[in-house]
Amino acid sequence: MLVPENLKYQKTDEWVKVKDGIATIGITDYAQDSLSDVVFVEFEIDVDDEVSVGDSLATIESVKAAAEVVFPVSGKVVEVNQTLVDTPEVLNESPYEEGWLVKVQVSDESELDKLMDAPAYDTYCQER
Amino acid sequence: MFTPHTKHDVEVMLGSIGVGKIEDLFKEIPAQFRYPDLNLPPRLTEMEAAAELESIASANATTKDLLSFLGAGAYDHYIPAAIDNLLQRGEFYTAYTPYQPEISQGTLQAIFEFQSLICKLTGMDVSNASHYDGATAAAEAVILAYGHFRNKRKKILVSRAVNPQYRQVIRTYMQADTSLQIVGDDPETGIAPEMDKFIAQIDHDTALVVVQYPDFFGRIIDYTQLIETAHQLGALVAVAVNPTALGLLTPPGEIGADIAFGEGQPLGIPLSYGGPYLGFFAVKDALLRKLAGRLVGETVDADGKLAYVLTLTAREQHIRREKASSNICSNQGLMTLAATIYMSLLGKHGLQQVANLCYQKAHFAADQLSGMDGFTLVDEWTPFFHEFVVKCDEPVDQVLEHLLQHNILGGYNLGQDYPELKDHLLLAVTEKIKREDIEYLCAVLQEENHG
Amino acid sequence: MAEPTIFDLSVTGRKGVTFPKADVPETALPKGFVRGKLQLPEMSEMEVVRHFTSISQKNYAIDLGFYPLGSCTMKYNPKINEAVSRLPGFAATHPRQPENSVQGNLYLMYSLQEMLKEIAGFAAVTLQPAAGAHGELVGTLIIHKYHKDRGDHQRTRILIPDSAHGTNPASSAMLGFEVVPLPSDARGNVDLEALKSLCDERLAGLMFTNPNTLGLFDENVCEVVRIVHEAGGLVYGDGANMNALLGVFRPGDVGIDILHFNLHKTFSTPHGGGGPGSGPVAVANHLVDYLPDPLVGIVEEGDEENAPLYGFIHPVKSIGRIKSFNGHFGMHIRAFTYISMLGKEGLRDVAEKAVLNANYLQQKLKGTYTLPYDRPCMHEFVLEGMWKDVPGIHALDIAKRLMDYDFHPPTNYFPLIVHEALMIEPTETEAKETLDRFVEAMLKIAEEARTNPELLHDAPHHTPVRRCDELKAAKDLVLCCYVSENWPPGPQE
Repeated sequence: MLVPENLKYQKTDEWVKVKDGIATIGITDYAQDSLSDVVFVEFEIDVDDEVSVGDSLATIESVKAAAEVVFPVSGKVVEVNQTLVDTPEVLNESPYEEGWLVKVQVSDESELDKLMDAPAYDTYCQER
Repeated sequence: MFTPHTKHDVEVMLGSIGVGKIEDLFKEIPAQFRYPDLNLPPRLTEMEAAAELESIASANATTKDLLSFLGAGAYDHYIPAAIDNLLQRGEFYTAYTPYQPEISQGTLQAIFEFQSLICKLTGMDVSNASHYDGATAAAEAVILAYGHFRNKRKKILVSRAVNPQYRQVIRTYMQADTSLQIVGDDPETGIAPEMDKFIAQIDHDTALVVVQYPDFFGRIIDYTQLIETAHQLGALVAVAVNPTALGLLTPPGEIGADIAFGEGQPLGIPLSYGGPYLGFFAVKDALLRKLAGRLVGETVDADGKLAYVLTLTAREQHIRREKASSNICSNQGLMTLAATIYMSLLGKHGLQQVANLCYQKAHFAADQLSGMDGFTLVDEWTPFFHEFVVKCDEPVDQVLEHLLQHNILGGYNLGQDYPELKDHLLLAVTEKIKREDIEYLCAVLQEENHG
Repeated sequence: MAEPTIFDLSVTGRKGVTFPKADVPETALPKGFVRGKLQLPEMSEMEVVRHFTSISQKNYAIDLGFYPLGSCTMKYNPKINEAVSRLPGFAATHPRQPENSVQGNLYLMYSLQEMLKEIAGFAAVTLQPAAGAHGELVGTLIIHKYHKDRGDHQRTRILIPDSAHGTNPASSAMLGFEVVPLPSDARGNVDLEALKSLCDERLAGLMFTNPNTLGLFDENVCEVVRIVHEAGGLVYGDGANMNALLGVFRPGDVGIDILHFNLHKTFSTPHGGGGPGSGPVAVANHLVDYLPDPLVGIVEEGDEENAPLYGFIHPVKSIGRIKSFNGHFGMHIRAFTYISMLGKEGLRDVAEKAVLNANYLQQKLKGTYTLPYDRPCMHEFVLEGMWKDVPGIHALDIAKRLMDYDFHPPTNYFPLIVHEALMIEPTETEAKETLDRFVEAMLKIAEEARTNPELLHDAPHHTPVRRCDELKAAKDLVLCCYVSENWPPGPQE
């Protein structure tokens, strides 16, 4: 199970990477593996939407399940990875790179402190 | 009665379980509530039950005893014998929902064919495996549109010429959301066929516009302009359609409707005092992911053979649970099959024939009635399909009572739903009605006038 | 061989059922509205009959074999039901006919309402809902309006046990209720401590299935109802599992406020390949006024000489109309006939034999399969479809292999609280020999799982099609027959 060192994680299986005040968000390798083959991604937000931690980001559908993705940080949505709508399998193939979901201009960087770091998330996944 | 257990069977089974008597299996039920004495009529054997049901049925007058011009949402069409013959096959009607595709290909292929037929009939891209009826399909259209705009557009515009039951059901379903407005069907906006006042209410806050074709009064209205206007303002349009009419008329898919839905009862389903019927629901590709209800898709099996399965099931309640857009679980199964067989038996020619016969006979009837004293055809309400409205000089109730005494069901009293149409009668004419039936209707009405 | 579709079988110019020529003078068709193409198939009647007969033979059905689907109650569908529902006296009545011309229909519906009231212990019943889920919607609408009318706008939460059927949370969410999951305890009952902690002023109600989807009767049913009522909430009973309770227990007696029935489960109306169902709803006294509009009632009392006059009444605080016309009347006829034939003794017999059959199977299978809740069950029980020491085998594999033994598999993966769940409900109409054959098959499969797992992974082998590629179905969406722009080919008639 891939758990890149430089990212932050949520118990609900989202990862976050912040650079210059912009947070890139996606789902983890554990999540894509549990869902298995993704067939559809439905975004619940648009560019310029103001969002808070816990708000619904997207619904990801696979053959046997549907999972809700929620925001790990608050801020304003600046970019949405619409290519996933046409090629949802990218989420399975590259959950941390090409499979990113949204980019958010973070309103409060201290929220990141509430998230897990890689070793903590890894341990959490082992125990599930 | 249908339990096969012999005394010996029961003994052996109880022994296996390790209890002395059957009552021991119900120990967890609180003693004071266990084994209530039910006050029900004494049990009947099949022979007695059959007699009882025949007796109850004979207390009804039916459209076989009475000459019927009743429509208003349910229509008396001829149902070919082959339909019921096939429907009664145990493989079809005692089968369950096709969750295990390997042993449900019959059901699945039939639904796939239904979906295809509805698409071709309505001019739309995708159809689901059905809703309960036309009225609940209308509610589902509203839910779809409202959710499509993520609850940000707060207005649903519904024409007053849409079946009153559909409008009631929409309001019932949406009553918990007080921020949503369901408007457009007030007497002030009215029912004029030009629909200017109605169209003027479409705006950027409108999620969905709902119209009917032919409308509740039987009128055929051109919605092209309405649909264009709605689309320019970003709203979706749902058209409630009569499937028989589509044997003749331009389908809503060809004029840009986003959703086409309606009551499928005319497609080989008996009147049966109102149910079970069939709600069909079809959309353009863009709305595919928002479709509620079951969907059958084509695929292959492990040997590469063509097979059908329920698909996109992740939308449905058994997976999404509280995140599902709709709670719908069952579809109308057997009724869907009936409609599929009906459309296959009639085919292109048969459906065109039925539609044309309904049109021709209805126009003859309207002609004959408008020539009579005491009845006025509402002139500006042509063109119409197989239903039309006459204004009566006498109270409609009296006219209907007189007709009933002569074994005629004269039609529907519109005053019940439309105060502004207090003296108006809605008559439907299907392919079953003969010329002499229409002449008889007129003769009886003539008598009412002069008698 | 795959059966071609009706579009494949279409031959241009072929006619099926035709109609007479018009016997009236011709009226011109409406200008600008006549459709161009109508791309529907053209087949002869025999072609159509052969086609549907042929595909029907690819179906499994109750009339062919055992269907131990938990929560579905796949009991025998009596043929008398089909005969009586087709009587022209019923089938040819129009829903808009004047009430005095359909007193037979109204009498039947009124009687069925009374029977269901009596069976479950409630004050009134509506026959309007078209299915169980539709009944649940009615229930949640009633809960919503009840609290709204009392000014209790802060009651926004519905508690739903984690074992519940998916329609429960879906119905609640449709009305904007917050769905709060309620855990079960180790014995499979509703966790009373959790329930107490969640019962506050935000509580609108509890949706409660009893027996639950584990097939277990809640040992604290009275306490559960009391706790919810004390907090001002209403209890909605999901009556899908009534088959275990007929003549044995009445949910209304312990204070349940609303209950739906599934006529297509408990009361023998056919499953029809997915429908139509029928989901009548019963309510306690204080909720009678909220029932959907219209309701069948007595509009004029009868006397020694005259029968009462039946008609439609309009509950004064009704949630409104939920469906066109009168509900699934065709199913009402069938359920009425079934209950008339069973009477109170027959109904009790149904529950007793259903529970007997389930416990018999549970006893025979629990040694070989893990039974997570080892208690006497009601009409169904849940096993784990997996073994820790055979990691490659899942419930799905067992289910697919059962088809090779000519059985329909039990319900898979539900309820969610059991790993790899196999929910088994034999129903009361199955004979002991059938149950024994099923046990034999299940034991054989358990052995195969260890000695020859490939047999399970590749199953089914002998069915009309083998395991289907569901991923392909979802990704390469083909949802209707392909028909090109210029179809049909050949000379046009």
